[in-house]
Amino acid sequence: MLEIKNLHASVEDKEILKGINLKVNAGEVHAIMGPNGSGKSTLSAVIAGNENYEVTDGTVFLNGDDLSDLAPEERAHKGVFLSFQYPVEIPGVSVTNFMRTAINETRKAQGLEEMPANEMLKTIRQKSELLEIDRKFLSRSLNEGFSGGEKKRNEIFQMAMLEPKLAILDETDSGLDIDALRIVANGVNKLKSKDNAIIVITHYQRLLDYIVPDFVHVLYNGKIVKSGGKELAYELEEKGYDWIKAEN
Amino acid sequence: MSKYTEDDLKIELENKEYEYGFYTDIESDTFPIGLSEDIVRAISHRKEEPQWMTDWRIEAFRAWEQMKEPEWANVHYEKPDFQSISYYSAPKSKSKYASLDEVDPELLETFKKLGISIDEQKMLSGVAMDIVVDSVSVATTFKKTLGEKGIIFCSISEAIREYPELVKKHLGTVVPQKDNFYAALNSAVFSDGSFCYIPKGVRCPMELSTYFRINQAGTGQFERTLVIADEGSYVSYLEGCTAPSRDENQLHAAVVELIALDDAEIKYSTVQNWYPGNKEGKGGVFNFVTKRGLCEKNAKISWTQVETGSAVTWKYPSCVLKGDNSVGEFYSIAVTNNFQQADTGTKMIHLGKNTKSTIISKGISAGKSQNSYRGLVQISARAENARNFSQCDSLLMGNNCGAHTFPYIESKNPTAKIEHEATTSKIGEDQVFYCNQRGIPTEKAIALIVNGFSKDVLNKLPMEFAVEAQKLLEISLEGSVG
Repeated sequence: MLEIKNLHASVEDKEILKGINLKVNAGEVHAIMGPNGSGKSTLSAVIAGNENYEVTDGTVFLNGDDLSDLAPEERAHKGVFLSFQYPVEIPGVSVTNFMRTAINETRKAQGLEEMPANEMLKTIRQKSELLEIDRKFLSRSLNEGFSGGEKKRNEIFQMAMLEPKLAILDETDSGLDIDALRIVANGVNKLKSKDNAIIVITHYQRLLDYIVPDFVHVLYNGKIVKSGGKELAYELEEKGYDWIKAEN
Repeated sequence: MSKYTEDDLKIELENKEYEYGFYTDIESDTFPIGLSEDIVRAISHRKEEPQWMTDWRIEAFRAWEQMKEPEWANVHYEKPDFQSISYYSAPKSKSKYASLDEVDPELLETFKKLGISIDEQKMLSGVAMDIVVDSVSVATTFKKTLGEKGIIFCSISEAIREYPELVKKHLGTVVPQKDNFYAALNSAVFSDGSFCYIPKGVRCPMELSTYFRINQAGTGQFERTLVIADEGSYVSYLEGCTAPSRDENQLHAAVVELIALDDAEIKYSTVQNWYPGNKEGKGGVFNFVTKRGLCEKNAKISWTQVETGSAVTWKYPSCVLKGDNSVGEFYSIAVTNNFQQADTGTKMIHLGKNTKSTIISKGISAGKSQNSYRGLVQISARAENARNFSQCDSLLMGNNCGAHTFPYIESKNPTAKIEHEATTSKIGEDQVFYCNQRGIPTEKAIALIVNGFSKDVLNKLPMEFAVEAQKLLEISLEGSVG
């Protein structure tokens, strides 16, 4: 599914990623953990194609396709989805309208007709039920005045609607209380399948109690310094990041 | 006329001279350039107007001669030379093109994007219409329905001939001849325009649109509109067209007067898309418009406008809230791109008790354009319990454009409640990236954000107009993000 080879990236001439190698197969959940400033969010932004980051070396492949020259929307059309740590507000644009635009633009890029309105409504109904989302919420302006929990649930709702091949959840647990965390995690688990892959980026082990990873990677100073199974997350929780820092 | 004076004789002689001398000169389709009393008389004569109308025009012309072009607006342009313009051009009966193949492909592309039907495209670009029967029959059915209700909807020239009492009674009562430089000019030389009268208690069953008036596709440079809603009546009036209007006339100075008598309501919606000039700021239409409505007791006037065209716009649709409990509303979206300049807003003049006004203005600036909101809320001493709410929002795209707000508030009554809110925001890179990440390309993302920003005003437009206006916003801002 995803293959990252020797990825180097910098922002304003400061190198953040210093040679990342990562392979994620369909049906797998990978967790990327690490202390603040280790490059976790940069990695997700670079995969999504954010042009504020300059890739200086290395390549990202999705299902064998080199993503290097693709614009963010083209990557999205190929099935890359990023759940933002800080989702932006777009006043006056309802969640439904935003989703309809996103889906139809993706379909257009794939040479498909626009999704008929009744099918759209049906899908919205199914997905909102799946994620226990009150449909009144869908007519509100995108993220405007949303609570932290609502914003993250909205991200997962969009993931459900777009059915990506690769979903990157960037600090989805930040700012959530335990109930909101459970709801969001349940949503992600329901969307997991053998055909898609999920990368969970997190600071704490807490989220991984709910979204259980197959692999855990520790990112430190722009490199993956340790990889293992889910038990690595517990070890980190116990020993703290100082353990990693000391070793490197 | 009670007494025949020397002055009358002089005027008569002048008229004679013009009848025999000048008249032959102007048999051609277009008048010679320049403006003088003779030209004003000739226009009036050409239109077979009664004497009172000619006099009215002359009075306006004499006032105009003494006036100076206003300079207070936040716009910069080279002033038109009023003596190098021809003030009358007979409607051309010959079509400009034989088929659509001869029309500028760029224009056709825009038509296509707007979803304008082939027939409409032909009509708008001046192509000979062989299917004209269709629109004639539509217009005829339309006229019949209106006639049954006693509604008058015709050109102002026709109204001057057919309904002189109505025109004489109301013309210039809201926008006097001497109101301002451009209104005076318009009063002197207006070529044509629309007239509408809704009788007492009648609710106009359809949106009145100039589109249905055959031969109106090419409206004149100096358009004059008069809408009268008699007691307890209602009308929704649509002006303009989303299709780009390419016009060789650089200067446009229209006057619109609305009169809402007791308990009447007028909804006036405009989409203006005159040629804005090219990307370097060359060419483009100067649009200096005076629009004003008068509300009697319990009456209501709503102005809704979407302004995307013109190189320079100078326009303040206003309401005089004369009657007690009357209501004025102004909803506006003004888009400027490239080198466009817009100075637009409204005046709400509260004269009656318990009068209410609402102003919602959305300015969108891109490129190197300048977009100004200018508004006046005036509460007179006897306007007890007057209320106003104003909201002026500006959206900026890029770093080279400007947004300005000039709100004036004058209150002479301590019971008045006036609220003013203003915001300025910029389309953020993070918003665009967020949309991109969901598969929405940048152009579409901008359109989405702009539409969201403008929603409060778009919602006020009649349904089918709103859809067109939305597409128009997208097209106007195309290429504004690098």
